[in-house]
Amino acid sequence: MWSSIARLKDTQPTRITAMPDILHFEFMRNAFLAAILSSVACGIIGTYVVIRRLGFISGGIAHTAFGGIGLSYYLGLNPLAGIIPFSLAAAIGIGLLSRKAKVAEDTAIGAFWAAGMSIGVILIGLTPGYAPNLFSYLFGNILTVPDSDLRLIMGLDLLIITVVWLFDKEFLAISFDEEYARISGLKTLALDLLMLCLIALTVVIMVRIVGIVMVIALLTIPAAVARSFSHNLYRMMVIGALLAALFGIAGLWLSWVFNLASGATIILVAALVFLVNALFGAGKARRAEC
Amino acid sequence: MSEPLIVCEQLCVNLGGAKILQGLSLSVHEGDFLAVLGPNGGGKTTLLKVMLGLVKPTSGVVKVFGKEPGYASGRIGYVPQRLDFDRTFPISAMEVVLMGRLSRKRLLQRYGREDRRKALEALETTGLAELAQRRIGALSGGELQRVLIARALAGEPELLLLDEPTASVDPDMKTTIYDLLDQLKKSHTIVLVTHDTGTIGRHVSRIACLNCTLDMHEPGSTLGRSALDDLYGYPVDVVEHRAPQGHATHQNHRHA
Repeated sequence: MWSSIARLKDTQPTRITAMPDILHFEFMRNAFLAAILSSVACGIIGTYVVIRRLGFISGGIAHTAFGGIGLSYYLGLNPLAGIIPFSLAAAIGIGLLSRKAKVAEDTAIGAFWAAGMSIGVILIGLTPGYAPNLFSYLFGNILTVPDSDLRLIMGLDLLIITVVWLFDKEFLAISFDEEYARISGLKTLALDLLMLCLIALTVVIMVRIVGIVMVIALLTIPAAVARSFSHNLYRMMVIGALLAALFGIAGLWLSWVFNLASGATIILVAALVFLVNALFGAGKARRAEC
Repeated sequence: MSEPLIVCEQLCVNLGGAKILQGLSLSVHEGDFLAVLGPNGGGKTTLLKVMLGLVKPTSGVVKVFGKEPGYASGRIGYVPQRLDFDRTFPISAMEVVLMGRLSRKRLLQRYGREDRRKALEALETTGLAELAQRRIGALSGGELQRVLIARALAGEPELLLLDEPTASVDPDMKTTIYDLLDQLKKSHTIVLVTHDTGTIGRHVSRIACLNCTLDMHEPGSTLGRSALDDLYGYPVDVVEHRAPQGHATHQNHRHA
């Protein structure tokens, strides 16, 4: 995975560190495009994840999707053919169990999380031969995003933007005051499940970029930082998307310069900014109270 | 005589094995300003939630505007007791008040100019027009309470259900809220759940005392100290209930 950067760099006569030069490689151009395109979904859906505290449920959806990867390996299909139905099933399954069947939400999440991983492990074990790209689905591999995946990410972005535009007043209502939304005649359960499905589609996008294990960071950190600079939901979405793009670009560039794993570097850049903002922001909030 | 807006007959509610409401019968007519008094845990909030369709009755009949509860959302404005929300939630007072228009909109239909106008009118009625763009977390307890009243008004309801609107505000703001309710009762039917045994008698047309079961007190009657002591289980202020002018003509068809 990231050793591929080193290999490709070795073929160049001079060491390349300047930003424009790294764009000479098609895989780097695609990587930057993937980072920028995925940040749209990150900013919009991440905002709902943060204000509704859906971080853990998002982690559950992402890890359940590993079962889908296992199934794709076993059947010899494109991994996306497994990830998409598994993540959607996890979203609806966890949603219905916790909201309808009166199972505690963290219990439902834990059960799906571990069961999905188990299905993946067993199916990969049953598949003859070595599973070549397994690691890249767990930890992401933004350097091998083909054009077809870029088109898929773009399509999912458009779908997410359209649904959020159509349901913005309903999503705001169930996020702020679900009881009042219900009294007003909204089908809150259906809207809730729809939002969880959008999270599932965002997970599908992000698995390509940072992998199953680290999806949760990009769904929460950009929006959480954006929250300190926003007094309205839509501003939070835009700032969140810009921050996600910034983290992606900075992380990719640093991973290139220092020859590090790209997904993990993106996450560490995000985490560093989050930490600085949390410390500085907390101080600012205390001063404002005085 | 017109059909009552709310009818409860022999209403019983059990929640998790506990009997919250027992054999309660009540009707609310157009133009009523009914105060429901009672101790904490006496079932006041549950009664409102039954009327809103949020809690299903265990037995008994409840009709709101002649229908099952929960099917007349456009005609009811609800002010919850206190909103459990994150103070840092990125939403303005105006956006919260616009939520009051939800019951009048179809799915996928966006808020329009009319909705914004009604929301702003509601904010003006509650005296908060200047704070329309203020973030909700930056408002005081009294301002927040008035935002919630404005949200209920924005939907142009005929019936207002208020759950302890003065519970978490200072005495000054309490007067402001009661003045507001005095104004609203001219054009709305109001059911108010409250602890304010001291001041409530001057504003409302009827008082119901709720502690699992219901005692009804009509205009002109005085709630004696012993009746209230029984209700609360500890000494409380006496509520003298004078009939407000303009409501006296309705007296005859009132019953518990």
